Amino acid sequence: MENPDAMSESRPHEALIDRLGDELAPVHRLAPPWWRAAGWLLAVAAIAAVLLMHFGARGMLLRLGGAPDLAWAALGAVITAICAAWAAFSLGVPGRRAAWAWLPLPGALLWIGASGVGCVRSWLAPATSIAGVHQSADCLLFIIGFSVPLSALLILMLRRACPLRPVLAAVMVGLASAAASASLLEICHAFDAAATDLLTHALAVALVVAVNVAMGGRLLSKA
Amino acid sequence: MSQVLTATGLMGLDCGLPRQVSPSQSVPDEAATASSDETPDRRRAAWMAAAQAGDRRAYEKLLADSVALIRAVARRQGVAIDHLDDVVQETLLTVHRVRHTFDPARSYDAWLAAIAARRAIDALRSLGRRDRREWHDEAALDHHPDATDASAATESEQRARRLHAAIASLPPGQREAIEQLGLRERSLSEASELTGRRSGALKVNLHRALKALRERFHGEP
Repeated sequence: MENPDAMSESRPHEALIDRLGDELAPVHRLAPPWWRAAGWLLAVAAIAAVLLMHFGARGMLLRLGGAPDLAWAALGAVITAICAAWAAFSLGVPGRRAAWAWLPLPGALLWIGASGVGCVRSWLAPATSIAGVHQSADCLLFIIGFSVPLSALLILMLRRACPLRPVLAAVMVGLASAAASASLLEICHAFDAAATDLLTHALAVALVVAVNVAMGGRLLSKA
Repeated sequence: MSQVLTATGLMGLDCGLPRQVSPSQSVPDEAATASSDETPDRRRAAWMAAAQAGDRRAYEKLLADSVALIRAVARRQGVAIDHLDDVVQETLLTVHRVRHTFDPARSYDAWLAAIAARRAIDALRSLGRRDRREWHDEAALDHHPDATDASAATESEQRARRLHAAIASLPPGQREAIEQLGLRERSLSEASELTGRRSGALKVNLHRALKALRERFHGEP
């Protein structure tokens, strides 16, 4: 031992250190957060590919081309999903800054802002097809339905790490999976942005984030 | 993000955590023992990298070296000296469990300080819960009506005076029995030794005295 101070302070813990030394086994180092986020995003991309094969890209491209604000909102949702997933994995590593939680903010602002603009436009030009209450309920189910497995996968992957701020990490998990689900919804979404639609999306995102905070926080704190 | 995170300011936005964690202040002689081209943090990072590969010697040196750092972080979080060792143990166990999350390209001290700070907060929380419970009990005692209510206090004082007057008016044998057995809470054999009376007589006198007092205060026969 090189440091006499460290030696005297560690003496009461010698037995524990010895025991931990006994239990020491080589470990696989955790991949960097961006790499692990990419793994999760690959799963989202796989789902997107299946949906695109089923519904075709033409309808989506026509709709997004016809309403630029809708395209911006979709882009915002995609950016939010990427950034929130990256932030979640970063928060899973001890010693990383909590400021990572701000990373999804610009994407989220674009997503919310562009959706809001879409709403205003639909009031000014009410001729565009607007989702009814029944169709909005479908959107709600779609977002929640896809968010559940995506959140579960993220939580499972995060439990391999050590999220010292479990609630903050759970917020990121909720945001990432809700944003990813909303992005996937764009592939098969038949409606223009409208107040009811935006409200439904907001409700779904809030629900997903809240459930993640309530359940994921607990699941992650035991990790 | 810069590649090398120092411990200073690593807690950024985490509410309630101090912004400054500079372990080198609390372990001043480390610099002297480290080789000239290697900071203590880099040396510990190298040890952890070796430990991740299964090097027991490096691991034990690292854990022993980490204790001072953990204590410094816990102290800074406000953990009392008595509880520092609990935080050290919990932190060492966590370090062991999550050692795969350490990236050797980054600061070991920042990684360890974050874990230690979290375990310190956990310790403070559980201590806080215990203190609160104890405080509640004290509060219950303080707020007991007899202790705070002036009129209740006067009333109980008057009751005690009346009781003493009543006892004083009892026949000597009964008075003796109730004083020894009731008020001074002596055992029968002690009272018997002190008064020189048989324990049977004391019992009978106590019974009679209690009956007389009950009659006097409640009017019961």
